[in-house]
Amino acid sequence: MLLATDWAGVAQQVVAGLSSGGTYATLAVALVLIYRATGVVNFAQGELAMFSTFVAWTLTQHGFAYWPAFVVTVLASFAGGIALERVVVRPVEGAPVLTIAIVTIGLFFVVNGVAFWIWSPEVKSMPNAFSTRPIRIAGVAFSISDLGIIGVSLLAVLLLWLFFRFTKLGLAMRAAGLNPASSRLTGIRVSWTIALGWGLATALGAVAGLMAAPTLGSFDQNFMQPVLLYAFAGAVLGGIDSALGAVIGSLALGVFLNLLGTYVSWVGTDLRQAAALAVILGVLLVRPAGLLGTAVVRRV
Amino acid sequence: MPLLELRGVAARYGALRALRGIDLSVDQGEIVAVLGANGAGKTTTLRAISATVKTSGELVFAGERLPRRPEAVARAGIAHVPEGRGTFAQLSVDENLRLGAHVRRDRAGVKADYDRTLERFPILAARRGQAAGTLSGGEQQQLALARALMQRPRLLLLDEPSLGLAPLVVADFFAVVGELNEQEGLSVLVVEQNASLALASSERAYVLEVGRVAVAAASADLQRHESVRRSYLGY
Repeated sequence: MLLATDWAGVAQQVVAGLSSGGTYATLAVALVLIYRATGVVNFAQGELAMFSTFVAWTLTQHGFAYWPAFVVTVLASFAGGIALERVVVRPVEGAPVLTIAIVTIGLFFVVNGVAFWIWSPEVKSMPNAFSTRPIRIAGVAFSISDLGIIGVSLLAVLLLWLFFRFTKLGLAMRAAGLNPASSRLTGIRVSWTIALGWGLATALGAVAGLMAAPTLGSFDQNFMQPVLLYAFAGAVLGGIDSALGAVIGSLALGVFLNLLGTYVSWVGTDLRQAAALAVILGVLLVRPAGLLGTAVVRRV
Repeated sequence: MPLLELRGVAARYGALRALRGIDLSVDQGEIVAVLGANGAGKTTTLRAISATVKTSGELVFAGERLPRRPEAVARAGIAHVPEGRGTFAQLSVDENLRLGAHVRRDRAGVKADYDRTLERFPILAARRGQAAGTLSGGEQQQLALARALMQRPRLLLLDEPSLGLAPLVVADFFAVVGELNEQEGLSVLVVEQNASLALASSERAYVLEVGRVAVAAASADLQRHESVRRSYLGY
């Protein structure tokens, strides 16, 4: 236990936790985005982020520095997400939720397999996004990389929030998610707003993947699977239909898991995923709507 | 030439034939009522026009074939206030109104209409930041109408606007519709269970019976015609 409390160490671990949590939050908001547009959890979200990261990695192998590769990949992911929705999801638009969920599970395996087919199975490494030097704040050394990841994640989520809150298209997308039938009657092209949601979610996923990959040192085609689990846990904790909830839930989860791994010796890194599953289970049992989500009332 | 014309329009829900080929028209600047018992096909008539149900037959609007997707019908200039009002309960009054103008590109016109709408419906101005779901039934019906008007439609479709509202509120609502019709030449096709009210506020009326037009006449004639009233309208 924390007897001789090392507060500098705790502060470092909290920031490191917020950094992982920022990555989960970015992916969690992508999940929320598609959930609100279609009522379905996109199980392929993590694999799409992995695919985007591999595209960026390929660019860095062809002379691109990290940040130019980042920008190109995020834009390409946006377009790719829209194209994917048109080709794969559109045919099952309006089908029962379970059908669409199964399509996204299928997409999970297809994207994973294609990534192994294109890029050989050996591990890759990504150039660093931020300086590896530490920075001292109030006498405590923090990793610039951790702070940078927190900043980029929050900025991505903030930009998205501004889009939904203040633009005409953002409003139309929110309306289409809430009530597709009424939205069509007001002239909103609901089918396109769903595609746009996929584009934004895929772009957001690319941000998450590109933040996660360099910190891992090396990564392979399965590297986003635990991140998807954590993002899912964070989203469930915050309320799967609330973007703000998903951000808070993911950040809290990142800090919780990091402190757990550091200070509870028998958890280590091995039981982190189990801990995330325990969070999902606990929330679903105690408070199914999450911290900020809306409770769904069904009349039978 | 009528603004809207339906020729032999049929519609079905699975095996159930809700409309069995109806002819109906609305002229520019006219208020037309659709009456009939439950299940006669009144709501389906509106849904057929806005393409929220699969149709066969001919639908012509402003001289052109009416598209068969709801968002395209809205863009063609028809606003539909459906059963249950179709407002967005979780969004604010302000957002609901802005959504009404979604199809429009004339920013200045939208702004002017927004201000005029709030003048016409002062209660909505007072509740601008509130979620639509927190409004009373009468206020929500005003919001539904206001949102439809934000679209600046050439034809307004109203589905049972009196449903669940107090008589005074209903009278107010129809007064506003009448005003819009007189001042701005708005054409209206209204489905109503309350036949006496609908006949009093419309120029012509269609009486539907099991998916067919049983009677089509001037509203004033229908009001006078006691046997028609008794057999179809039940008052």
